[in-house]
Amino acid sequence: MAVSSEELGNTGTLKYPSRIRLPYTWHAGKAGSRFYQEIKDHCKIWGTKCPRCGWVYVPPRETCPRCFLDIDEWVEVGDAGTLLTYTITRYSVPGIQPHEPPYALGIIKLDGAGSGLVHLLGEIEPEDIRVGMRVQAVFREVREGNYLDIKYFKPLRS
Amino acid sequence: MDEVAIIGVAQTRYQRDNPASHAEMAYEVTRKALEDAGLTIDDIDNTVTVCNDFWDGRTISCMTITEATGSHKVPTTNVEGDGTYGALMGAMRLLSGLHEVTLVVAQSKVSEGIPAVITNAMFDPVYERSLGLDAINSSALQMRRYMSKYGITEEQCAKVSVKNHKNAKSNPYAHMPLDITVDDVLKSRVLADPIKLLDTSPVSDGACAIIMAVDEVAKKRYSKPVWIRGIGHCADAYHLGDRDLAEVDALVSAARRAYSMAGIQDPVREIDVAEVYDAFSYMELMWMEGLGFCGRGEGGAMIDSGMTGMNGALPVNPSGGVLSAHPVQAAGLARIAEAVLQLRGKADARQVEGATVALAHGIEGACGQGHCVFVLGR
Repeated sequence: MAVSSEELGNTGTLKYPSRIRLPYTWHAGKAGSRFYQEIKDHCKIWGTKCPRCGWVYVPPRETCPRCFLDIDEWVEVGDAGTLLTYTITRYSVPGIQPHEPPYALGIIKLDGAGSGLVHLLGEIEPEDIRVGMRVQAVFREVREGNYLDIKYFKPLRS
Repeated sequence: MDEVAIIGVAQTRYQRDNPASHAEMAYEVTRKALEDAGLTIDDIDNTVTVCNDFWDGRTISCMTITEATGSHKVPTTNVEGDGTYGALMGAMRLLSGLHEVTLVVAQSKVSEGIPAVITNAMFDPVYERSLGLDAINSSALQMRRYMSKYGITEEQCAKVSVKNHKNAKSNPYAHMPLDITVDDVLKSRVLADPIKLLDTSPVSDGACAIIMAVDEVAKKRYSKPVWIRGIGHCADAYHLGDRDLAEVDALVSAARRAYSMAGIQDPVREIDVAEVYDAFSYMELMWMEGLGFCGRGEGGAMIDSGMTGMNGALPVNPSGGVLSAHPVQAAGLARIAEAVLQLRGKADARQVEGATVALAHGIEGACGQGHCVFVLGR
């Protein structure tokens, strides 16, 4: 079957459009499972604390990446924290984004945590967001045991 | 380290929507690199390919280009990361004593996929992936953190874009040679604050190949080959929240290792030209700090000084850098190829006069998680 000159386009070559469908199921691991269980059942955010360096990891890890040691101490961290950095995503990528753009993302250092948590920011206009501002987690009413059980972080009014 | 020479380099012209297939691009640079080295495929005793299955849209993509790279019946291995890591693997092959001439081929057809969807898959599927993070908005988090910690301005970042796109006008391989101003960058469309369109690198297809040889082969066949003087690489934490994104600890470590091997004590004075992986404008400033070309937080002052311009004391990215062509897997290998051309004195209109020591740098992972540094010399 001959290929038409229209199909060949101005480069004289064909393109073959298709898509990759790849169902996949990931295990959250022991630490991740407990992290999500606490959020789902109690709206509490827990981390794990390294016995040597004292760093508190959120999301929790079973090993300290800095000390390469097992961690078994669980600590509850606050649901409020300080915004380290942020951005407003203004372009659309169908299929991967949690909201229609524009939407705000930040890295939040929760009170009592060593590591930062990357998450959504809400209840605030983009121009009002500031590095260093205090924010607090807002949990979804119906929680399913996933990252978006925290709906977003909102400004904490003192 | 004086045992491995780079004796052949080749690049395609970088462009969006290259009508060639990925294997055709790999063949083009393989053939041209052999021609550049004055060798035939029979002289190659092993190959390293640089393919990534997600970017290529196929499983075990490296096995689909064995014909194109002449890799039938010779030992061939794939490196999934940046092209600089392919060169690292190639050099290690030679240093093992088992091989004499290595061909390294990297290719990317970025325009065939959707970069944001592919880079979203860098992030942990159990955690941050659901936030729609990708290369652009994760880098925006890093740029904001770097700016706020060290007082770097958007104007200073924009100057990198102006410089590199202008340099690209002298590079026939570059995808995006542009005459733009700082104002053009600042007024370009905001993608993810503070990143604007002209702070980002383009969607480029293209390939790069280099041929390396052990010293007895290189000294016998070439009068003044380019030698690998030092290599260093290092990676930082995976989760963005585990790092201070304004810091460049892994690059500091990688550079220290490469400089130590090369006997470099004062990088600014001893290195004549650098090609670094500026996927976003701000990255060049951060990498200057990590490479020890200036102090922490001084990347902005360094671009202001004009020192990294073509007429400065340390020209950075005379090729136009990754901002002017970003064939993802090949982009780091292209930095090495460009550094080799500089040291040969064959970089034509983008030549840095009298360059005898050059640095090439690649990254992999989100926000420069891993870094690979090469020091090359004549």
